[in-house]
Amino acid sequence: MGIRARGDALAARIQAAIRANEGVEVPLGAIDITLYRDDLTRIGYAPVVRESEIPFSVDGRVVVLVDDVLFTGRTIRAAMDALVDYGRPRAIRLAVLVDRGHRELPIRADFVGKNVPTAAGDDVRVHLAEVDGRDEVEVVARVPA
Amino acid sequence: MKWTRRHVLETDDWSRDEIETVLDQTRAMIEILQRPIRRAPPLRGRTVILFFAEASTRTRVSFELAAKALSADVTNITASGSSVEKGESLYDTVRTLQALGGDVVVMRHASSGAPYFVAERTDAAVINAGDGWHAHPTQGLLDAYTLRDALGDLDSKRVVIVGDVLHSRVARSDINTLIPLGARVTLSGPPTLIPVAWRCGQPPPGVTYESDLDRALDGADAVIALRLQRERQESGLLPSLREYSRVWGLTADRVARMRQGAPVMHPGPMNEGVEIDAAVAHGASSLIEKQVTNGVAVRMALLYLLAAGSPEAGA
Repeated sequence: MGIRARGDALAARIQAAIRANEGVEVPLGAIDITLYRDDLTRIGYAPVVRESEIPFSVDGRVVVLVDDVLFTGRTIRAAMDALVDYGRPRAIRLAVLVDRGHRELPIRADFVGKNVPTAAGDDVRVHLAEVDGRDEVEVVARVPA
Repeated sequence: MKWTRRHVLETDDWSRDEIETVLDQTRAMIEILQRPIRRAPPLRGRTVILFFAEASTRTRVSFELAAKALSADVTNITASGSSVEKGESLYDTVRTLQALGGDVVVMRHASSGAPYFVAERTDAAVINAGDGWHAHPTQGLLDAYTLRDALGDLDSKRVVIVGDVLHSRVARSDINTLIPLGARVTLSGPPTLIPVAWRCGQPPPGVTYESDLDRALDGADAVIALRLQRERQESGLLPSLREYSRVWGLTADRVARMRQGAPVMHPGPMNEGVEIDAAVAHGASSLIEKQVTNGVAVRMALLYLLAAGSPEAGA
């Protein structure tokens, strides 16, 4: 289950890799967490909501959430809240491409592509060919004021 | 695009971008309504006041379901049984609404322009749920969504609106929403029920008047039948309902003149056998029930856009 907007592209890649290596077709979904954000009242406008696409029942299944960067953990909290509105998974796991640290919630990833040490003010940008035309992870250091 | 409007009073000054933003958000809201748990939390702690000073069931219920699906608290103020009936002025009602501290006021009022009066005097976001003969913007948006969903896109599609255009806030809001999306509108109906300025003078850009309904329907991409208010006959604008039905009623034969499978819509409540035959209203190309479902989602999209962010937070 990919978290929009880049986790869904990563989830599709993982699904393709499982198909190529194991010959198993794992159901693929995409979840949008905008309506579950905890900072809606802190921003001045309503951010764009995209459609979630979950073409299967999550009841009783092991659902692996996939996202590009794990940072504060707030996105994952929102994704879990959204997911349980679709049913009761047997378990929820988390896979991320980059874990950059600085958690604000008691959340950890089960599968990590790479741990990248960062300062809290740094910006980690994941670019994916499907979305951005190239595969690249950039760590942009905070410019001292 | 970033949403900047505070109120939804009428869509006559909306850009194509703004209309499409609402329609795109509507698609995401429809997905919520199809879940096992039809509720999401973005308006938790927000209050939506439904102020209906004119009779309405479906629009009010639609807004109520929309607000609840986004986890808002909902309070109803209706004309009968409230202080409005005891002679309270609109200004005093506004001051009361202001004191109650609603975040959004959804209002219907018999006087055209009443929502503008309220919007100027309250901190809440105001959504016009129908004001007099003037506008019904959420109906225009839900009709545009329903048509876009059925036809793919509205560019150079021709939509016929038939009936009492003169007294219809739905017709006006439909025109204001469909034209910016690239559609063309053909109005048809008894000359006494079409605005004189449009019939004899110049209708708005993209709009034409056709006095023969069969000709209007020939090759059209969709038709919207308007509700005929029975009072119109008493006021001398119509000879009889039976004649109206014969000349302007949507029958299966008439619908067959349109492009094959062209959708039929009606804002409800219908007078079956007057402006629309039962066979057409419940036929395969009828989108009338879809309109009702889509109405909830469009209203969710608007409530979300107006109330999810916080104006004080700026940025």
